[in-house]
Amino acid sequence: MNSYLNIDHVSITFPTDKGPLKVLDGVNLKVDQGEFISLIGHSGCGKSTVLNIVAGLLQATEGGVLLQNKEVFEPGPDRAVVFQNHSLMPWLTVYDNVRLAVDQVFRKTKSKAERDEWTRHNLELVHMSHALDRKPDEISGGMKQRVGIARALAMEPKVLLMDEPFGALDSLTRTHMQDSLMEIQTELNNTVIMITHDVDEAVLLSDRIVMMTNGPAATIGEVLHVELERPRDRLALAEDPAYNHYRAEVVKFLHERHHQPDVPESAEKTEAVEEDKDDDGSLRLVS
Amino acid sequence: MSIAIASRKTFDMPMKDRLMEFLASERFGRGFQRFIKSLLIPFVAILVFLALWSVGASKVQTSLGVLPGPVKVWEQAMVLFDEHQAERVKEAAFYERLQKRVDKAVAAGKPQERIDKIQGRKYTGSPTFFDQILTSLKTVGTGFIVASLIAIPIGIICGMSATFYQAVNPIIQIFKPVSPLAWLPLVTMVVSAVYVSNDPMFEKSFLNSAITVTLCCLWPTIINTTVGVAGVSKDLINVSRVLRLNWFTKTVKIILPSAIPMMFTGLRLSLSIGWMVLIAAEMLAQNPGLGKFVWDEFQNGSSNSLARIMVAVLVIGFVGFLLDRGTLALQRAVSWDRNAIVR
Repeated sequence: MNSYLNIDHVSITFPTDKGPLKVLDGVNLKVDQGEFISLIGHSGCGKSTVLNIVAGLLQATEGGVLLQNKEVFEPGPDRAVVFQNHSLMPWLTVYDNVRLAVDQVFRKTKSKAERDEWTRHNLELVHMSHALDRKPDEISGGMKQRVGIARALAMEPKVLLMDEPFGALDSLTRTHMQDSLMEIQTELNNTVIMITHDVDEAVLLSDRIVMMTNGPAATIGEVLHVELERPRDRLALAEDPAYNHYRAEVVKFLHERHHQPDVPESAEKTEAVEEDKDDDGSLRLVS
Repeated sequence: MSIAIASRKTFDMPMKDRLMEFLASERFGRGFQRFIKSLLIPFVAILVFLALWSVGASKVQTSLGVLPGPVKVWEQAMVLFDEHQAERVKEAAFYERLQKRVDKAVAAGKPQERIDKIQGRKYTGSPTFFDQILTSLKTVGTGFIVASLIAIPIGIICGMSATFYQAVNPIIQIFKPVSPLAWLPLVTMVVSAVYVSNDPMFEKSFLNSAITVTLCCLWPTIINTTVGVAGVSKDLINVSRVLRLNWFTKTVKIILPSAIPMMFTGLRLSLSIGWMVLIAAEMLAQNPGLGKFVWDEFQNGSSNSLARIMVAVLVIGFVGFLLDRGTLALQRAVSWDRNAIVR
């Protein structure tokens, strides 16, 4: 069977001072074109490692990643990454940051005017057209992340990889960003793999939620298909029993079956209760 | 009306409190407070310093007379300026006379060879204090620029390659603490052995000083550039990998800009070290420049010598300050890191 993206029995072992440490063990995942996948799991379970292997920033010790039946060996713009802390060049303006990527990817295929137009188009897509000449230091965290997304989208990636893209943002901004991302996704229908800690974010955005067991030697514990109608509206969904069911599934997986090993049982319970009381409705795991 | 009330209220207050209230009142806005902070306070401090100097110096008796106070030093500064003016007048007169002789020789139909010889003569008056300042500036500038041209590429390679850094680091660490004066004899001997030319482009003494400055300017720039380049954020490197930037683009677009703040810190350190080194080198090697001026005055031992040396000391300090401000301005102009405290 040929899938669009195939993460095939990927294991990775890092050499450490105390001997080899197996971080991932047999991660197996097939992703279709246009699918939105969330990777969720406790801190340190190796979610980022999976993403970095797909990006080509890390090499799997065993197994490999196939994108359209071609094995991934090195990083490339066809697997654009949105980093958690935006990773914009602080000395370049918003426009120049995106333009750098556009120039690099479309040097041969687009004219100068087309590249300028494409840069502006992608910044328009993330609603950043008003701040083209600002430096990253002069804009807010949410805006920086928008530019980071615009830069990744501008590369026209086959797979968009997002490493906790909204993790560093406050919850209101995060909500805005999620809505923006859904909007963009409706328009472009990209194939996305996103790492998140946020259960609501995962359920709201994803077609499938991939839940990972705890490391070391982490692997995929369970995959949850989220069959909610698109476009999704967060307010309508808040009351939706299906939505709450999916949420509960994820929470159960994370807290009952694969609770964080270094947290004592009792402490974990109270923590979970407190989180359920969280009145802004978003349940965020403490990392 | 309100002023009248305020003054009645403050009428019986002690002097100091009244002053403080006066300063804090609305009439003196932030502008005035800033003026006090940035100008008045340093000005008062300088006055105190001059007073202490004046009183203290008058109590020190040396073999060349009483240690000069600010007034004497100011007088000598003026004298040095007048000497400079007089020397310029003499020089102008010399070239005027020379031109006359050339004209006469041409009129008399002397052979071209002879005319060239007359025209080639240079004014040989002794360099004035201001000439010495200029010489020192030229020397330090040359030494600093040469050092930067060598140190920045080495620093970049050190920062990018851990292996190269490990190879070079011991050498850097050993030569870094070496005093310039230890280099000087070696430099002098090497220059006189290697730089043999009938028509030298530079004076040997100039080369000696400049190379000594170079040797001392190298290290801070190398070290800081290395730290800057090695400290490029891992995320930015990942971005360059995802974009598949080639080596050159990666260096120019990502590594160099992110290393620039550290690089300039190194350059500023280098220049201030270079300036200190230069004065010492000039003194010891009798190379022209401010250091030689100080040494000559010391040897001269007239009753004005100490005051003239003091003028030189102040000028050295002031020029060093200006050099530092200059590089700071440059650093501000090219640095993207607006949040960094640059002082």
